[in-house]
Amino acid sequence: NVNKKNNIDLKKKARALTAQTAETDAIRFLVGTQSLKFDNQIHIIDFDDENNMINKSVLLHDAGEIWHISGSPADKAVLTTCYSKTSESRVLTCAAVWRMPPEWESGNHESPDDSSNNPQTLELLCHLDNTAHGSVACVLWEPMGDGKRLISLAENHVLLWDLQESSTKAKISSTATLEGKGQLKFTTGKWSPHHNSTQLATANDTAIRGWDLRSMSQIYCIENAHGQLVRDLDFNPNKQYYLASCGDDCKVKFWDVRHINEPVKCLEEHSHWVWSVRYNHSHDQLLLTGSSDSRVILSNMVSISSEPFGHLVDDDDLSDNEESQQEDKGKEPLQDSIIATYEEHEDSVYAVEWSVADPWLFASLSYDGRLVINRVPRALKYRILL
Amino acid sequence: MSSATTPPDSDPSQRRRVHSMLKHYYGLNEEGKVTEQAESLDPCDINGPHFDPEVYLNKLRMECSLGELMDHESCMVKQIRSLDSDMQTLVYENYNKFISATDTIRKMKNDFKKMEDEMDCLSANMAAITEFSAHISGTLQDQHAQITKLSGVHTLLRKLQFLFELPARLNKCLELQAYAQAVSAHRRARCVLQQYSHMPSFRGIQDDCHVIMEQLAQQLRQKFRDGGSSAKDLSECVELLLQLDEPAEELCDKFLSHAQSRFEADLQGLEAELKDSPVTDTGGGLVQKTNPGSNPVSPSSSSTTNPFLSPTAGTDILEFIDRGCNEFVSSLCLVIASYQELFINRPQEGELASKNIPEMANGKLHVFVDTLAARYFSLVERRIQEEKGVSDNSLLVRALDRFHRRLQAISKLLPGSAVPSQGTEIVVRAARERIKQYLSALQTFYHDSLTDVRQALAAPRQSAGGASVSGGGATSKDATPSLPELLTSLSNFILNQLKSVLASVHLFTAKDITFSNKPYFKGEFCSQGVREGLVVSFIKFICQSSRQYCESAGDRGGSTPPALLLLLSRLCLDYETSTISYILTLTDEQFLVQHHTPVTPVTALCAEAREAAQKLLNHYVKVQGLIISQMLRKSVETRDWVNTIEPRNVRAVMKRVVEDTTSIDVQVGLLYEEGVRKAHSSDSSKRTFSVYSSSRQQIRYAPSYTPSAPMDTNLLSNIHKLFSERIDIFSPVEFNKVSVLTGIIKISLKTFLECVRLRTFGRYGLQQIQVDCHYLQMYLWRFVSDENLVHFLLDEIVGSAAHRCLDPSPMEQSVIEVICERG
Repeated sequence: NVNKKNNIDLKKKARALTAQTAETDAIRFLVGTQSLKFDNQIHIIDFDDENNMINKSVLLHDAGEIWHISGSPADKAVLTTCYSKTSESRVLTCAAVWRMPPEWESGNHESPDDSSNNPQTLELLCHLDNTAHGSVACVLWEPMGDGKRLISLAENHVLLWDLQESSTKAKISSTATLEGKGQLKFTTGKWSPHHNSTQLATANDTAIRGWDLRSMSQIYCIENAHGQLVRDLDFNPNKQYYLASCGDDCKVKFWDVRHINEPVKCLEEHSHWVWSVRYNHSHDQLLLTGSSDSRVILSNMVSISSEPFGHLVDDDDLSDNEESQQEDKGKEPLQDSIIATYEEHEDSVYAVEWSVADPWLFASLSYDGRLVINRVPRALKYRILL
Repeated sequence: MSSATTPPDSDPSQRRRVHSMLKHYYGLNEEGKVTEQAESLDPCDINGPHFDPEVYLNKLRMECSLGELMDHESCMVKQIRSLDSDMQTLVYENYNKFISATDTIRKMKNDFKKMEDEMDCLSANMAAITEFSAHISGTLQDQHAQITKLSGVHTLLRKLQFLFELPARLNKCLELQAYAQAVSAHRRARCVLQQYSHMPSFRGIQDDCHVIMEQLAQQLRQKFRDGGSSAKDLSECVELLLQLDEPAEELCDKFLSHAQSRFEADLQGLEAELKDSPVTDTGGGLVQKTNPGSNPVSPSSSSTTNPFLSPTAGTDILEFIDRGCNEFVSSLCLVIASYQELFINRPQEGELASKNIPEMANGKLHVFVDTLAARYFSLVERRIQEEKGVSDNSLLVRALDRFHRRLQAISKLLPGSAVPSQGTEIVVRAARERIKQYLSALQTFYHDSLTDVRQALAAPRQSAGGASVSGGGATSKDATPSLPELLTSLSNFILNQLKSVLASVHLFTAKDITFSNKPYFKGEFCSQGVREGLVVSFIKFICQSSRQYCESAGDRGGSTPPALLLLLSRLCLDYETSTISYILTLTDEQFLVQHHTPVTPVTALCAEAREAAQKLLNHYVKVQGLIISQMLRKSVETRDWVNTIEPRNVRAVMKRVVEDTTSIDVQVGLLYEEGVRKAHSSDSSKRTFSVYSSSRQQIRYAPSYTPSAPMDTNLLSNIHKLFSERIDIFSPVEFNKVSVLTGIIKISLKTFLECVRLRTFGRYGLQQIQVDCHYLQMYLWRFVSDENLVHFLLDEIVGSAAHRCLDPSPMEQSVIEVICERG
């Protein structure tokens, strides 16, 4: 279980990745596996920054294969998953709130023969009952909230939940429904950290919609945001109107939701669908994208970040020899550029995530179960910091 | 000496010689022969004056022998004897003469005495006459004085009479309009009157004259002002007025202002033509605008539409310029000429010379000509600007040529004038403007042609929509002009249009055009104007507009038909390989471009065209891939794969995919070469398929679905991936059919894979996927460069489907084959 490497093979198909949102000390990621035939697991990935080691713990998730995972912002032991359940030849994706057993950290630094070691099981707190609304695409926690409010996107419904009685009971507080021609279905969504957490952005097909959670009504709609399906969204953590999106047209687009006719900027660096886009939580010029061309791209979007003028520092006294595989292309501080393209994955990368504890660290997960942890190149880090 | 030696008996000549010798002796030398005198200095010369007998004798004695002396002596004696006899004869002759002369003198003495008497008588008579005449003149003295005085009075009176009659005469002249006479009369009298103006009577006359002359001047001015009179009259008028001390400046002004009024009329006439032409122009424009909408059937019809249609304006520009030249410029020349005749080139006389009229007049003339020319030019420029249609450039060039040529006359008349150079400026501007118009006309033409092509591409699809579904590309191809035909016709249309434009523009530099030898037309016009501004810009425009097709259509559902993208890509590629260099060579040859300023090199343009071609082809691949992807995606997403029935057929959508791929293959094959493919045997579909189905598939499936060995799947696929290169799905393609098809198939299959991974399959769902993939396998390998690619992707699809399967029990390979064979 100890890898002197920056990557780990989970040996299971996996799509769901999240940073443990409430954990600010350890660098920790959660991965949910996808298997129709075996018991599914939650892999807890700890990265030892000093020794460059990856430690893995496993918790059993026997409800079904995991499509989406998300950690509570308030309680680091609480998390939600979206999992598919097959019953009577019908596949339904459900959502539930779980608690990690408190002992997982003590007895678990599992030995290589993990099959013999019986992993502990997640403790179910409550179901987000969606039988009336259909399959759940994702569950979103209120950003920086107290871990009591959740949103789930089920088919064409937005459901706002209140967790009560120490999260053991979930109650729908309000709903919104997307009406329109055909079978509308949310693919993903993002709860905006701005505006007092009253806004939500969702994606369905090629459109991006904004919702006001107080009135549960649509506030903007970017029709044809992408030429094809929109796969992911992320809000700029520092600029309240800025939003990044990615999709099947291989593009990453940046939007100012006040001017939705044209994107602010458009990147076309991937050679296949872009499945995941993430702003760095503190330095919003750093942008991470993962694609089914098996690549992860770290870009430096200075010009549309909250620090468009950056910090001017001489590059000469900085050395980045230690980052062997990363080519540092961003020499001019004010130029938008690709910082690095990571080609360590061999299958489609469906999820990328920044670490919560260390803003210079990120993880990417490919379908074949390989998780890779990388750092922002040191030279760039110093340039941003100094 | 010689005479001494000659024998004496030779008659006349002998005698004359003797004469001369005698003369000589006595100093009667009339001929004065210097030589003889020089000779005679010799004391031994017996005939010379300095003859010294002693010396002579001594000499003889010393030089001669005795015999000789004897001879000499006898000779000498003989000579002396003959001389003596000669002398005697002479004396006798002269004596007789002297006698007769004495007789004559005596006779004369008598005659003179008689004559003296007669002379005395005559002198007495003369004295009497003198006395008498003095008497007469004394008596006539008085009368003569009187007569002289009288004749003086007579002339004075005549002058006075002239003066007194002057007013009347002037009046009469005035009546008869004999202005010249009047002026000369007045001029003669003027100074006299001036001198005697203190006398009242003269004063009166002077005043009268003054009044009359004033009147006359008035009339002259009137006449001058009325203008109707001929140039000769006018010049006479001016001459007279100048003589009347009229200030030259004023006259110049008047002359010019008078001329001005006439030009005013000319200019207004020209402007009137301008003013009504915009009205007809917009009318024409409207007509033209409706045209392309109503009948843009084929590219050929569009060539006659919009920009190249001749404008329907009232007068064409040649007429306009002609009118301007004939009326305005020629009368301007006339005015300049007569003005110069009147004020500048006139022989200067008297006090007029001191006023320095020519300089002043010249200045005025320049200002006058400049202002008029400026107005004329502005009218001409407005007219040129109206010349929007690019139908007949020769008309414009001829008009400009005429315009320019006629201005040369002014430059001859008025050497320092800026007018001709301004005219050249206008021509240059017009030429520049023309190039711009041609460029935009070419651009419009290009767009129209593309619209035509687009319609030609779209037309059969509407008419035979149902047929094309069943028949694939083949039937639709038959119904329409095929892609290569469209391509060649489009490319020919553009090239011909460009050539005709070049030919039109070439008129500007024709030898017989006056302005063609101006530096602008020799240098900048050719290089910056035609080459850069027209040809290069147009090529760049083509590339740029092609690139726009990629950008605009990309997001919003592909408004550009893919066939057009393919066609444009081939067009750009053709441009890169040959057309650009051909066009530029043609231009350089036609215009003999001397590149003073840096020009765009052919290679840069070619690179741009290639880039555009590449981009278009990439976009084509993307669009076609997307179309097939959408079909596959829909087919995967909308089906309930868990509860599907056992597969009996290949799904219709797969057939459709193969059909579409085939028709794309046909379409691309029409324009692009085959390309290279990795070697494989002719029946490779069978062979590789069997490998795929039997060996590999069984290796993969058999262990992977037993729970005990989950590792093998990963291991196998990882090993496989290790050895296969990373596949870039949306990667640039090469300019050949195989590469294009490979790109499209890659995109489609990758979509299929990703969609499969998002679904959950039942047993029959997996089997259906197996069947579908096998079907694709059977047909798609032939299109791609490396069939392993297809195998790999299809393997991945089936593998993923198996992994996503709740009950993974794969279908028997033989059954799959049977189903697929059945179709």
